[in-house]
Amino acid sequence: MKHLRAMATCVALLFASIGAAQAGTPAARPADSVYQLSVPLTDARGKTQDWRALEGKPRIVAMFYTSCPYMCPLIVESAKAVVHALPAAERERVGVVLISLDPARDTPAVLRDTATKRNIDTTRWLVAAPAPADVRKIAGVLDVRYRRLADGNFNHTSALVLLDAKGRIVARTEQVGPEPDAAFLSAVRAQLAK
Amino acid sequence: MRAVVAGAWALTCLATFAVAAGNAAPGYAGLPGGTFKSALAYEDAKQGVRIAPFSLMRKPVTNGEFLAFVRAHPEWQRGRAPKIFAEGRYLEHWQGPTTLGDRALPEQPVTWVSWFAADAYCASVGARLPSWNEWEYAAAADETRRDARNDPAWRERILAWQSRPSDAALPRAGLQAPNAYGLQDMHGLVWEWTDDFASLLVSGDDRNQGDADRNKFCGAGALSTDDRDNYVVLMRVAMLSSLEARDATANLGFRCARSVR
Repeated sequence: MKHLRAMATCVALLFASIGAAQAGTPAARPADSVYQLSVPLTDARGKTQDWRALEGKPRIVAMFYTSCPYMCPLIVESAKAVVHALPAAERERVGVVLISLDPARDTPAVLRDTATKRNIDTTRWLVAAPAPADVRKIAGVLDVRYRRLADGNFNHTSALVLLDAKGRIVARTEQVGPEPDAAFLSAVRAQLAK
Repeated sequence: MRAVVAGAWALTCLATFAVAAGNAAPGYAGLPGGTFKSALAYEDAKQGVRIAPFSLMRKPVTNGEFLAFVRAHPEWQRGRAPKIFAEGRYLEHWQGPTTLGDRALPEQPVTWVSWFAADAYCASVGARLPSWNEWEYAAAADETRRDARNDPAWRERILAWQSRPSDAALPRAGLQAPNAYGLQDMHGLVWEWTDDFASLLVSGDDRNQGDADRNKFCGAGALSTDDRDNYVVLMRVAMLSSLEARDATANLGFRCARSVR
């Protein structure tokens, strides 16, 4: 009898832990959330976490690669422009995520160098690379198109994608440069007002 | 004694053949590597693209095969696969999530599948989706030639298929004569996903910002066609590049590839 009770407790605990592990998963996550995808990301500090760990706050996401000489710095600048256009109190409440299209070359050290060069505070922005086989999956959920060229550069969509806290795509802009896209900016503010 | 020697010879020959064919697994045909001139003009690869040896499924994946997959991987069943991976029409022609019914016969190629679903299927069989270049290279062959693209009759035959309305029921997979590599239905049955379908029309022109030189530098290699007559390829490119990874259509299926190690 004691054994049985112990076993029942074990089973209950097991279920409880499964429940905890799944809290905020399938049932709560919308079917059109980009966080339906589960892939590891390795950031500029060498820390690996799941893409899903980004769930929980609105994020501005872009795909880029560090060896890109012009367009990618512009993507960084345009993300900064959006954040800087927000009132100071709101800036902390939106995350910025830069995902590499080029994991073979964008190692944590390379990402770190780029972050330093571009004045990116990696305690606030996530600059990370997926595993090579996962790049197309992330690009797929974000509808980012890219092609690797023979010289190692990439043609790619230069888009900022706004995700709500649950990972639904709520806005997108392909306007890059120091002037934030007004419609995109107001979409960010609308998310923060929630 | 003579018979034994002949038998040994035959075995050796067969073994040699298997190696030459890339040791393809059952259901796959081995393709040799090579330099391939795509009908798409890649500015960055004017001399052609290099294709490493690979193997490709002889036929597109069928409803029956896909059914076995969704049974083993319930998360890919209709109604369970999240919308971000498979739009609402995913497998809509099946009678139920794990039943085919009259509109989806087991031997017909599976259609109404998204890129994510096709990718997951291939991963489940230890394979991957072919790249566009691999697919185009394999599809350039006819029954006797590895590159039949300059033959107007070859194009006419494919265009005739492409111009047929797609509302008729699909034939079974594997009815057409194999091409020079042993692949069936590369044309004339369904369109097929490629791993990098979203790379086809990406060009400097996609970024409407900045000056032309800057675009050229960061995204050298706008795609245009090298071969204006090759509508056969252009039709595929136009179709694939109009899709998102979660889309599914009535005449889009897939087959898987494997790298040769």
